[in-house]
Amino acid sequence: MSGNTIQTPTSAQEPGGASSGFEGDRAADSVGAIVRGYVDKVRGGDLGALPAVLGIVVLGILFTVLRPDTFLTPLNLTNLLVQAVPITLLAMGLVFVLLLGEIDLSAGVVSGVCAAVLAQLLAESGSPWWVAVLAAVATGMLIGVFTGSLVGIVGIPSFVVTLALFLGWQGVTLRLIGQGGTVPVRDPVINGISNDTLPVWLGWLLAVLLVLLYAGLQLARWRSQRARKLASEPLVIVVARIVLIAAVVLGVTAVLSVDRALSAAVELAGIPYAVPLVLVLLLALTFLLGRTGYGRHVYAVGGNAEAARRAGIDVTRIRVSVFVIAGTMAAISGIAAASRLGSVTPGSGAGNTLLYAVGAAVIGGTSLFGGRGRVRDAVLGGLVIAIIANGLGLLGVQAYLNFIITGGVLLLAASVDALARRRATTARR
Amino acid sequence: MSVLPDRPSDGHPGPGSPTLELRGVNKSFGAVQVLHDVHLTVYPGQVTALVGDNGAGKSTLIKAIAGIHPVDSGEVVFEGRRVHLHGPRDAARLGIEVVYQDLALADNLDVVQNMFLGRERKRGVVLDEASMEQAARDTLTKLSVRTLKSVRQLVSSLSGGQRQTVAIAKAVLWESKLVILDEPTAALGVAQTRQVLDLVRRLADTGHAVIFISHNMVDVFEVADRVAALYLGRIAADVPVDQVDRAQVVELITAGRSGDLGIEPTVAEAGV
Ligand SMILES: Nc1ncnc2c1ncn2[C@@H]1O[C@H](COP(=O)(O)OP(=O)(O)OP(=O)(O)O)[C@@H](O)[C@H]1O
Ligand SMILES: [Mg+2]
Repeated sequence: MSGNTIQTPTSAQEPGGASSGFEGDRAADSVGAIVRGYVDKVRGGDLGALPAVLGIVVLGILFTVLRPDTFLTPLNLTNLLVQAVPITLLAMGLVFVLLLGEIDLSAGVVSGVCAAVLAQLLAESGSPWWVAVLAAVATGMLIGVFTGSLVGIVGIPSFVVTLALFLGWQGVTLRLIGQGGTVPVRDPVINGISNDTLPVWLGWLLAVLLVLLYAGLQLARWRSQRARKLASEPLVIVVARIVLIAAVVLGVTAVLSVDRALSAAVELAGIPYAVPLVLVLLLALTFLLGRTGYGRHVYAVGGNAEAARRAGIDVTRIRVSVFVIAGTMAAISGIAAASRLGSVTPGSGAGNTLLYAVGAAVIGGTSLFGGRGRVRDAVLGGLVIAIIANGLGLLGVQAYLNFIITGGVLLLAASVDALARRRATTARR
Repeated sequence: MSVLPDRPSDGHPGPGSPTLELRGVNKSFGAVQVLHDVHLTVYPGQVTALVGDNGAGKSTLIKAIAGIHPVDSGEVVFEGRRVHLHGPRDAARLGIEVVYQDLALADNLDVVQNMFLGRERKRGVVLDEASMEQAARDTLTKLSVRTLKSVRQLVSSLSGGQRQTVAIAKAVLWESKLVILDEPTAALGVAQTRQVLDLVRRLADTGHAVIFISHNMVDVFEVADRVAALYLGRIAADVPVDQVDRAQVVELITAGRSGDLGIEPTVAEAGV
C-alpha cells in the first residue's frame, strides 16, 4: 500500500496477535470447540455432509437387515456403484446450475441426445470410439451454450427454458434413434467404462496413492496455516477426516478386489473404470469450484448477484458457463449410461433421470435456493439414490412403490434444505 | 470521543490540498434537473458530512462521483487533476470506493472472500487464500476492528454493525483515497452505531478522505470535520463543522438558508 499507507497508533502494538480479536480463527483442539463450530455452521444453514452420510449408513443397515444374503455382497456393491455413476455425473454438473439458484430440467434428456450422437456415430459411420466421445461431449457443450444464452443473455427464466428444451431434446433423440428403435453400443472401450475393471494391483496402488496424496495435502495445508497464523481447523478434525477418507477408499477397494464372479470357473475382481472416472471428475470440478477465481465467482453470483455485478464480475458469463458445465457433464453421464446398458433408446435420459440427479445434489446438501453446494454432494447424494433403487430392487417392491419412495426422499431433502435456509435467514435478524 | 469543535491536527497536516473537488456540476434525468451547479471540496484526513432532505440529491451526487451516473457538465477534479468518470471502474482505479446502503455483500461467502470479491489474489490459476486472509486481517487490525470472531466467518452470521464494518474494511483494502459511505448507521442500534462512527473517524485519521451521508445530526456533529448541505440539488453550505451549530444545519437542510449562510433567497425560490 503505497501513497496512502495506513498508520495508526494502534497498529504497532499488536500485529495480528491473539488480543486483536479473531480468536475463533485458531479454535482450541477441544471437543467443545469442534461441536460449537459445527453448530455454528448448521445455524448458518449448512448441514454439511452429515444428512447424506447418515442416509447412506441407515439405508445400508436397513437393506442389510432386510436382505442379508444379497445386499452386502461384493457383486451387489459393485453393481450399486456402477448404477450410481450416470446419476452422479449428471448431478455434478447440476450442482453448478443449482449454485446460481437456477435449474436445468433438460439435463437428463440432453444426456440422451449426446448418447444418441455417440451411438449413431459408432453404429452408422463406424467412427472410432474417441471421435464418438468427442462429438458427444461437444454436443453437450454446445447445447449448454444454447441453454445458457437463453437464460443468461435473453433472460428467460431457466425453469421455462429448460422445460421447453426437456420436450424439444426428446424429439431430437427420437429422430436420431427412430421410433421404437434401439441402437446397440458394442464398442469395447465404451462398454468397458462400466463393465471392465482395473487390474487388482493397479486398483490398490491408485487407492493407496490417493490416500497418501490427500493426507499429504491436508496436513501440509494445516501446517502452513498454523505457521502463518491463519484460520485453521483443529488438528483432530483434519486427522479424523483423513482417517475417514482412508477407511472409505481402502474399504471400497478391498470390497471391489474380492472375486465376485458367480461361477468358480471365471474370476471377476477389481475396480470398474467408471469409479476412477467419477473420482477424477470429482477432484477436477472440486478444484475448479473451491480453488479458482471462477469458482469463487459462481458462489458470489449465487449468493448475491447484485454484489457480484458491482464487484466487477461478469454475471452473464458466469450464468452461461454453468449451463455449459451442466451440458458437458450430461454428455459424460449419457456416455456412462450407454456403456452400462449397452444401448441407446429414445427414452435414454428421459423419465426420472433428471429427478434422480436433482435429488442426488439436494440430498447431498446443495441448496435449491443457490449459493450453497459442493461437487461432492452429487457423489454422496448419488449413492443414496442408488442404494434406494438397488435395495428396493432386491426387495422386489413394485414399480409404483419405487416411485413413491424416491419422490418422498427428494421431498424430504428439499424440506431439510428449505428449513436450513429459513434458520439461516432468521438467525441473522 | 465527544463533540469535536476544533480538531488538533494530531500528526496530520492540515486540510492541505483537496482529494476531490466538484466545480459547477450539473446532472439531469431527462427533463428533471437533480443537481444544480454543485461545488464541493473534500479533504484528506477529514470526514465531510453530506446532509440534505429526502430527494435533495445526495445519492445522485455520490453516484456521479462513483461514475455510475456521469455528470452532464461541470468539472470533477481528483488530486488536482481533472478526471472524467464513465463507470465504476474508472472511479475504483482512482481510489474512490463507495459503501452503498445495501452493502452488497454475499451472505454465503466469508469475510475474507467478500473483501476480495472480484479482485482475488491468485498464484497462477489458484486462489492465494493465505495472502488474502493475511491482508484482510491486517486491514481489520489497523482499523482496530475487534468485534469479529473470525475472518473466516460467513457474512450471513454477522450482525448489522459487523456487516457494515466488513463493507467499510473492504473499501479500505484497495489503497482507496476517498471512501464514500451512504447512511452507514441508518439501520443500527446504539452500540453498533458507536462502532461504525469510531470506524469512520479512524478512516479519516488514517489519511482517507471520507464523505459521510447521514440524516442523523448527532452522528454528523460527532464525527464530521466539514458539513455540506444539499438543498433541492444545490449546495446550501460547505463549511467546517465548528462554524455552524445543529439548528443552523437543520435550517440549511429544510430551508436552504440560515442567517447569512445558504442559497440566495431568489435562487432558492427559483429552485422550488
Ligand atoms: N435514475 C433516476 N431517474 C430519474 N430521477 C431520479 C433518478 N435518480 C434520482 N432521481 C431523482 O433525483 C432526486 C434526488 O434523488 P436522490 O436519490 O439523489 O436523493 P437523496 O438525497 O439521496 O434522498 P434520500 O435521503 O431519500 O436518499 C429525486 O427527486 C429523485 O426522484
Ligand atoms: Mg439517498
